Amino acid sequence: MSGKTLDIDTSPHIASGASVDAIMRNVVYALLPVCAFSVYVFGLTALVTLVAATVACVATEHLLSRARRSTVGDWSVVVTGLLYGLTLPPGLPVWMTVLGGIVGVGVGKFLFGGLGYNAFNPALVGRAFLQAAFPVSMTTWYPPLGAERFTALPSSSLTFPFATPTYDAFSGATPLAAMKFDGNATATVDLLLGLTGGSVGETSSLLIVLGGLYLIARNMMNWRIPAAILSTVYVLSAVLHWLAPESYPGPLFMLFAGSLMLGAVFMATDMVASPMTSAGCWLYGVLIGALVVVIRLWGGLPEGVMYAILFANAVSPHIDGLIQPRVYGTAGRGGT
Amino acid sequence: MAVPVSRYPTFSHGVHPPESKDDTRGLPIRQFPFAPSLVIPLAQHIGKPSVPVVREGQEVARGQLLAEADGFVSVPQHSPASGVVRRIGLVPSIAGKMVTGIYIEPFPGSSQEVAEGERCDLDTATPDEIIAAIQSAGVVGLGGAAFPTHVKLRAPEGKHIDTLILNGIECEPYLTTDHRVMLEQTADVHVGIRYLLKATGAERAIIGIEANKLDAAEALEAAIPEDLPVTVGVVQVKYPQGAEKMLITALLGSEVPSGGLPADVGAVVVNVATAAEIGRLLPHGRGIQERVVTLTGPAVRRKGNYRIPIGTPLRFALEHVEASEDVSRVFLGGPMMGQALSSLDIPITKGTSGFVAFTERETGRQPPEYPCIRCAYCVDACPIHLNPSQLGLLAKIGDYERMADELHLMDCFECGSCSYVCPSHIPLVQRFRLAKSVVRERRAAE
Repeated sequence: MSGKTLDIDTSPHIASGASVDAIMRNVVYALLPVCAFSVYVFGLTALVTLVAATVACVATEHLLSRARRSTVGDWSVVVTGLLYGLTLPPGLPVWMTVLGGIVGVGVGKFLFGGLGYNAFNPALVGRAFLQAAFPVSMTTWYPPLGAERFTALPSSSLTFPFATPTYDAFSGATPLAAMKFDGNATATVDLLLGLTGGSVGETSSLLIVLGGLYLIARNMMNWRIPAAILSTVYVLSAVLHWLAPESYPGPLFMLFAGSLMLGAVFMATDMVASPMTSAGCWLYGVLIGALVVVIRLWGGLPEGVMYAILFANAVSPHIDGLIQPRVYGTAGRGGT
Repeated sequence: MAVPVSRYPTFSHGVHPPESKDDTRGLPIRQFPFAPSLVIPLAQHIGKPSVPVVREGQEVARGQLLAEADGFVSVPQHSPASGVVRRIGLVPSIAGKMVTGIYIEPFPGSSQEVAEGERCDLDTATPDEIIAAIQSAGVVGLGGAAFPTHVKLRAPEGKHIDTLILNGIECEPYLTTDHRVMLEQTADVHVGIRYLLKATGAERAIIGIEANKLDAAEALEAAIPEDLPVTVGVVQVKYPQGAEKMLITALLGSEVPSGGLPADVGAVVVNVATAAEIGRLLPHGRGIQERVVTLTGPAVRRKGNYRIPIGTPLRFALEHVEASEDVSRVFLGGPMMGQALSSLDIPITKGTSGFVAFTERETGRQPPEYPCIRCAYCVDACPIHLNPSQLGLLAKIGDYERMADELHLMDCFECGSCSYVCPSHIPLVQRFRLAKSVVRERRAAE
């Protein structure tokens, strides 16, 4: 205490302990059960896809951010990698997976300025790129629960880069495609448990919801976004189904089929690309939900979650410009 | 951010830092000895510094006037001890620069006897006489702001004050002075309220207390004299509940207009320890010579709530409570809004509510700053409902005008909740402080 110097800083001198890397790590934890279940349903090919997607995204981020300081340590790119992998169809050639990851992180994230500045969810940018570049591969579905799924990779997985993959023993359609093009509805219980065809991660709605609840409990996810999306989809499709049961599937099917759960819980809630206020989050969620129903039922594609979210990402800054909290002691709102 | 459901009222938003009050909340107030030399800055309050009325070498009695108020927004200083005026010159201040002050050398064995002045009789004094007496007693807001109390007691032209709010919230972590004063000086608080009610013309008084001090709430409630229109309002434990505006919203449900005063909603807010001090001093015509200070933190061995003579050097105070030799950080006030001190030579002044001392062991490494990820934690924390994230981006590019003109920067009262919750560790409130001072300077220059 004698002549010692004291450390000074400006208040507040304590912090809540929240940190970006902790948030991102927890999202990874919430995703791990979903990933594990995908590997159980689709076997080796899901594992290969997830690993290839994550490695491609992490490597891209590391190389692009190396000039100043590698930003891999904030864990956000691991989330992107896993999410991106979960949106891909199992059996997708590895070279396509890697290419999409490079585009997703390179274009979707770094071109905009890195973490915090990405207007769009980078995982979906990567997927959208593949959807446009390789529409056939992106809509060829590997059957779930195949007998040899843990011992052999589908022939397409290891296709030589830029060669056209050959597919054998692939199932025809996902539940949504079967519904849209053939009018066959899959049992809701199968959808809930995830024992159906589809992307790597659009399998078990139950595990996705559990992961979401975990993040909501830790205040790391804005629950209003999935709540708004799912309730909008439910209400809209229930009304349509009630009006014309033959033409439109029931609301439960709409909720649990396809990538709606994964998108609503893990994709649309990307903090960077979603609005900041509670009211803004409700509006953003309703917009996504409505677009999903419109694209699925009247669009040319069986699934519309990806485009609905990307579109809402683009609108998100405008929602923030429109809806700001009312400042204490004023009649007006905070923004302009 | 999720807020625990509670039956007590509160304001919307805010944060929940750890209270860290357990070490001292149960410890009764203890009297501190006189330091060999006391340092009395002439400006211990917001407003014009006081003017010395003693000369070097003069002997003074405890409670004697040392310096008189210079105008209305100013308060006098009284001698905290019987002794000799050693020197009138520069003294170290909290802000770091030297300011004018008076050095008192207490007589050895100086007693706690206090000189009495002109009493302020509650029954016969007019409101203006009470306000003058409060100024003469050198009373300032003891919660930390050190704003001269008498200045806000007179309602502005055209306004009427109907509610006197006593602020017993003490939402800063670590501090327990108001808590102890409420428990141990219940009678003083109620006498103070009588003076304040008469001075302001308010019809009723509400004592606001956080739900973590229910013992104080019960003690005060039990001691309310039958003829006194006082109620105790218990509110939720949440930071910054003790901010004037947040307390008014919790207790009255109304919002103080942006840029306005509590008087705009018919209220005036006085710290509860200030009221107790008024109740203690005015019946005897005394001035402030000491105050209750919490000395705590991991570096302090004999933590506690002490009644310490004004002017006691911090170094003496820390030695007396056996603070660790390797103390490396000391906050004046709590860790949320308090100031980190650069020197232990500063004296305890009227606005000093506590010191929290740490050693290097407890000082964590500064975590890395990440870009804003728009998580909106700060939006959900800001008690004024600003958008700290957006303000932070504008502060980074120095667009202070837009922050002030469009995003209500000047409504920020720097509680620090945004910086506290930020997972990217962006120094938000620190940047807003800078932005506000720049805007104020520019506006003053215009």
